Amino acid sequence: MPTIVVEVMPKAELLDPQGKAVAGALGRLGKTRFSGVRVGKRFEITVEGHADDAVLAEVQELADTVLSNSVIEDVVGIHVLEAPAGETH
Amino acid sequence: MRIGVVTFPGSLDDRDAQRAIRLAGAEPVALWHGEHDLHGVDALVLPGGFSYGDYLRAGAIASLSPIMAEVIDAANKGMPVLGICNGFQMLAEAHLLVGGLIRNDHGSFICRDQQLRVENTGTDWTGGFTVDQEITIPLKNGEGGFIASAETLERLEGEGQVVVRYVGMNPNGSLNDIAGVSNARGNVVGLMPHPEHAVEPGFGPDTADAMRSGIDGLGFFTSVIERTLVSR
Repeated sequence: MPTIVVEVMPKAELLDPQGKAVAGALGRLGKTRFSGVRVGKRFEITVEGHADDAVLAEVQELADTVLSNSVIEDVVGIHVLEAPAGETH
Repeated sequence: MRIGVVTFPGSLDDRDAQRAIRLAGAEPVALWHGEHDLHGVDALVLPGGFSYGDYLRAGAIASLSPIMAEVIDAANKGMPVLGICNGFQMLAEAHLLVGGLIRNDHGSFICRDQQLRVENTGTDWTGGFTVDQEITIPLKNGEGGFIASAETLERLEGEGQVVVRYVGMNPNGSLNDIAGVSNARGNVVGLMPHPEHAVEPGFGPDTADAMRSGIDGLGFFTSVIERTLVSR
């Protein structure tokens, strides 16, 4: 069964308090070469059958309407996972 | 008058909202997210809480609940709808209100008695206040930062759709200190602070007169009752 990955990030122009908190922790660990962190989401959607164009179009629609909120987030990537980890045939 | 309060999985303040409605003089009607039935109510409250644990985005999964189809339909036909905190997040996710709510800019949950200025008294839920009246009601949220595009903000400000604004301090990084907004028609209002927690002497915020005597939140509920009686 193919897996489709959808990646969502907070809009670049918005403050990302979660990323800011992680960046602060890195600073406290002395990791000074990293100047910023942004935290987003990755969804892995398992599909029955094949990930054809119709399925990808449906995922794109879900990504835009359910998985993300275009007021605060951007869908930055949708792709089919080539070799799902841990899956046996 | 009968006012419905929808309970979602993870709602916390549904009983408080019912109690506020009763104290204001209307009959509260408990509604369930999984039904497609508003039981003939005259107005609706979407209460605060953490529906679905704020998974996906605060209010996002609840905004897709079965009953939201009826809520959206009724709102578009003019029924008064008030979204408090998580309810505000649901209204934004359902596109009944513009803008979005993101994590507080300081990264922490905040709980305090918050001063607000009521700037629009033309909505179904604020008619009983005077313009620029300052009130104090509890605020408690982790994701209360109101954001919208520059264009949307300008329209909200220009059309007077900013209903309540934070005074004294901005508790969560909301743009333009916005605490609550309405739709163009004024029947749908959402706000992050909790009017239902300031409705009965002894249980509200402290005031200059006495501890816990603040009942500034009652006006939201009496306003909608008054509005509905007048329009009949």
